[in-house]
Amino acid sequence: MKLAVCINHVPDTATRVNVGPDGKTIDKTGVTYVISPYDEFAIEECLRLKEKHGGEVTVISLGTDAHRESLRKALAMGVDKAVLLKDDSVRDSFAIAHALADCLKGLSPDVVFFGKQSVDYDDSAVGLMVAEMLGLPSISVVVKLEIAEGKARAEREIEGGCEIAETKLPAVFTAQKGLNEPRYPSLKGIMAAKSKPIEERPASVVQAKVETVAMRKPPAKPAGKIVGTDASAVPELVRLLHEEAKVV
Amino acid sequence: MKILIFAEQRDNKFKKPAFEAVRTARTLAGEAGGEVVALVVGSNVQSVAPALGRYGTQKVLVAEDPRLTFYSPTAYAKIVAEAAKSQKATLVVIPATAMGKDLAPRVAVKLDAGLAVDCTAIRIEGNALIATRPVYAGKALIDVKMNSQVNVLTLRPNVFSSGTSDGTAALTEKIPLALGDQDFASRVSEIKQSSGRLDIAEADIIVTGGRGLKGPENFAMIEQLAEVLGGAVGASRAVVDAGWRPHDEQVGQTGKTVSPSLYLAVAVSGAIQHLAGMSSSKYIVAINKDKDAPIFQVATYGIVGDAFEVVPALTAEIKNLLGSS
Repeated sequence: MKLAVCINHVPDTATRVNVGPDGKTIDKTGVTYVISPYDEFAIEECLRLKEKHGGEVTVISLGTDAHRESLRKALAMGVDKAVLLKDDSVRDSFAIAHALADCLKGLSPDVVFFGKQSVDYDDSAVGLMVAEMLGLPSISVVVKLEIAEGKARAEREIEGGCEIAETKLPAVFTAQKGLNEPRYPSLKGIMAAKSKPIEERPASVVQAKVETVAMRKPPAKPAGKIVGTDASAVPELVRLLHEEAKVV
Repeated sequence: MKILIFAEQRDNKFKKPAFEAVRTARTLAGEAGGEVVALVVGSNVQSVAPALGRYGTQKVLVAEDPRLTFYSPTAYAKIVAEAAKSQKATLVVIPATAMGKDLAPRVAVKLDAGLAVDCTAIRIEGNALIATRPVYAGKALIDVKMNSQVNVLTLRPNVFSSGTSDGTAALTEKIPLALGDQDFASRVSEIKQSSGRLDIAEADIIVTGGRGLKGPENFAMIEQLAEVLGGAVGASRAVVDAGWRPHDEQVGQTGKTVSPSLYLAVAVSGAIQHLAGMSSSKYIVAINKDKDAPIFQVATYGIVGDAFEVVPALTAEIKNLLGSS
């Protein structure tokens, strides 16, 4: 089984976001970058599918040389091959999907995995756009997946429950937290990853359709008040919720 | 400008975000001198479709087929894109629900359209359509300019008003469908509801418990408080990662971003990725032993105290209030 997983290299979720000097992107000073958390579930699921069905896992990331760090970690987790689509241009989700779809066409994988969203721009769009561009079916926000005889059956999270979805392979999936517990790279894996090559290719270029014109911090919350301490403050809190906020 | 709205329904009932989308499109069309038309997709939806008229659309397209009872990414995207083309719509508005988030990227590709997801504000500046949307789980907002001839927007639920239900019922028009098996290449066959639990993404009141509760057994008091308030139970990442609560209750950057009217954070310290997911709530109550906990910086009202004393007292006091009013 040929498996492909597309990952992004993003600021750690503990990052305090400040607007950068261009007024359109974040200030990158002191920011630590990691594999987008949902992409780790995607990598893990591909590794488990490979362990079960055999085959090969290729990880792809679009971006600058900085992305090599996340690709290297994916290799250390057990991924077989890595491709860096070298790019430093400003792209919207469409332009990102276009370059990834172009690269995936050459691989013709049976399963393509993404995280359900990248935790920087939170678009949750690229995986599904790639599916559409490649003419493939998809199941997004997957929390459970079974693959057998060229077919997939998955549970995808929706409001207040799950949908059971079915598709034939090849197909695109996006991973939600809960799908699995991503492994840590073993020492052996880390050593092995050092000698695995990262193939570098140019990313295909296409005009973005959406342009960020400004970034700002959300309005600060007005200072709240400490109503009191311990259970003795409860009647006053309830009075405020009832009379002032009118939410109870 | 002509706007097509995907009016999501489940079990032949519209969800509130469908009304919000219709009303928002109506307002936008009004400003731009445009027209709005809604689209309902399902198996038996003709009878419910006219109700959309009360939120600002005079025409509703109905796409009915028994195979459309449940969501299918491939079939639904085809129907929406074809309707947008036949209506010559230049904007497609879709609720940013589980279904809408899955559908919109495919529709955008089919229409060669720009896409902005999870928008919290939309405006027209000159000839340009500008959408505002949260990024980094709400730690920042961006304004994006939509540069295509056709654009697709998804709207974050509970942000835009559906307005009051007025006006007249809409006229409906069945649209012809030519769907083959290949259009159902991926499809939902069944829905499993979580047993009667209210989802935090849809709840107007959320009571969230954090690691300070010491163990999963102590969530009983969080559940009781949520029940008295008619709200949902939320959980911090630490609690979910420890296996005390299911992931679908997680609030924050790797969970759900919520903005209910009332958010109660109990024994939650307020890590940055948690604050990102809930600080747009209208009113926030924090209950924490540690007076320096970051959660107090976003709280409207705070009580410094032991959750094990404060929460049962709060539940009793609210029960008392609701019982007497």
